[in-house]
Amino acid sequence: MNGCISGNKRKFTYEKAIELIFALSAFMMIISVAVICFYIFIEGVPPILKIGISNFLFGTRWAPTFKEPSYGILPMILASLFGMLGAIIVGVPIGIFTAIMLAEMAPKRIYGLLKAAIELLAGIPSVVYGFFGLTVIVPFIRTHFKSPTGTGLLAMIIILSVMVLPTIVNISETALRAVPKEYKEGSLALGASKMETVFKVMVPAAKSGILSSVVLGMGRAIGETMAVIMVCGNIPNMPKSLLDTVSPMTATIAKDMSYAGPFHQSVLFGIGVVLFVFIIFLNLILNFVVRKSLDRK
Amino acid sequence: MSKRRKLTDLILKVLIWLFSLITVGFLAGMVIYIVSRGISGISWEFITGNYNLYKGETGILPMIVGTLLLIFTTIIIAVPVGVFAAIYLTEYAKQGLFVKIIRFGTESLAGIPSIIYGLFGYIFFKNTLNLGFSVMSGALTLSIMVLPIIVRTTEEALLSVDPGYREGSLALGATRLQTIFKVVLPSAMPGILTAVILSMGRVIGETAAVIYTVGSVARIPAFDKLLTSSVRTLSVHLYMVALEEADFVSAFATGTILMIIIAALNFAANRLTRRFINGRTKGLGPTI
Repeated sequence: MNGCISGNKRKFTYEKAIELIFALSAFMMIISVAVICFYIFIEGVPPILKIGISNFLFGTRWAPTFKEPSYGILPMILASLFGMLGAIIVGVPIGIFTAIMLAEMAPKRIYGLLKAAIELLAGIPSVVYGFFGLTVIVPFIRTHFKSPTGTGLLAMIIILSVMVLPTIVNISETALRAVPKEYKEGSLALGASKMETVFKVMVPAAKSGILSSVVLGMGRAIGETMAVIMVCGNIPNMPKSLLDTVSPMTATIAKDMSYAGPFHQSVLFGIGVVLFVFIIFLNLILNFVVRKSLDRK
Repeated sequence: MSKRRKLTDLILKVLIWLFSLITVGFLAGMVIYIVSRGISGISWEFITGNYNLYKGETGILPMIVGTLLLIFTTIIIAVPVGVFAAIYLTEYAKQGLFVKIIRFGTESLAGIPSIIYGLFGYIFFKNTLNLGFSVMSGALTLSIMVLPIIVRTTEEALLSVDPGYREGSLALGATRLQTIFKVVLPSAMPGILTAVILSMGRVIGETAAVIYTVGSVARIPAFDKLLTSSVRTLSVHLYMVALEEADFVSAFATGTILMIIIAALNFAANRLTRRFINGRTKGLGPTI
């Protein structure tokens, strides 16, 4: 070959250049996270400081459009937290039991059906959930409970419980499947029944995976916007009962962005900061407490 | 077994079946309810008609065009970056701090709620970069959002390529890069296609991040302003007609169309995944 050495050299630098592009692409993800954090915080922190951190976080009155505006977001924080807790309380048992069904009990045909259902649940757009909530769950609550509108915390919890299911089911199933076969066989050989084996051996062994599914489900619930906005009532009352109309952080941001004036808008970014901090906190829990033993091989 | 143990066993078994039934039942109820009310609203005029409330036109052609534009632009931006990142992670990177940081980045991106993406896209792409409410603002925002899906799925596909292929190619004197582009990527193609389909699903289903970056103008954009105009996607349309206009006929029909699209995408993704990972399925599930 003519000029073999110089050709190889060119090839070498060319390969290096492409490798650099690959590395930069991977690096894009870090840059994105950094830029997102930067812009949300740079926009959201100043109004929080201007209002005063405690006035903002613990104020109970949200009246951004009044002549003497008030920017307390405690009702929204509580609505978000209660919604999330409710969804976890209802969704976690259903999700884990469904995961057990998938990992241990389902005959092949039922497995396929159930798995397809979970995937569809995960794929259905959140507006469709919201619309279903608006046309079915809200009227149901209005007629069967003493609630003038039917919208509120209860409707929100019902919708969110279903929306966290795919996350909980899929990750718990993976965790249950990753339990070494010997555990199960050992337990069965010692005379434990199938259910005793599942609940006393396999679930504890898959604990960290199941816990991470719960934490991820919490993230999904607290971050959900469009489904919640259609059923929560969008009035930032302090949630005192399940039937109260509420407006969690996500719904307030999405709803108010369409008409907010300049300062009101930057306060919405302030709510975004609070939401972001919650998410970061959940991620930290996931990384430091739960993930440790889950690292995929 | 004692009577009590048998009873506990039975109760648990019943609960497992019951809760699984609730999961399927809710889905079935929701699908049947929306589709049964929406299917009659779907007609040729509905799908190919224009949208203009003053003229009483409620067609969704502008929304279909808008959705396709947004999907296409997002995929064009996100797929190369995501696939390259996955190549870097599986073929080049040595396990170390850099890879750990990148993994942390992927996980963080997957965990950020869509409304935060919406806020970010609004302030950064729409305002700071001055792109306005446009397909471009939305596509850039959404491409960050779908990166974790693309990277994860492509990584899985690359890892499932038989190492013998790589070794054979390298042994024949091909360079690393030639091996990647001519041997590894072609065999990982079904996986990359799956990543594309899953991202499409994500873009179609997204509302909160779209409404404040793409906007909600229900018009087909002029041909020379495809990427710089605001459009309305199907999901945003469902939100608008259900909440702002209370036009439930259109809402049910649009919801039905959305469900049909998502089901079709899931089906396609499953079919493809079976080809690159034997027996496993992959739908629009969580990416972690």
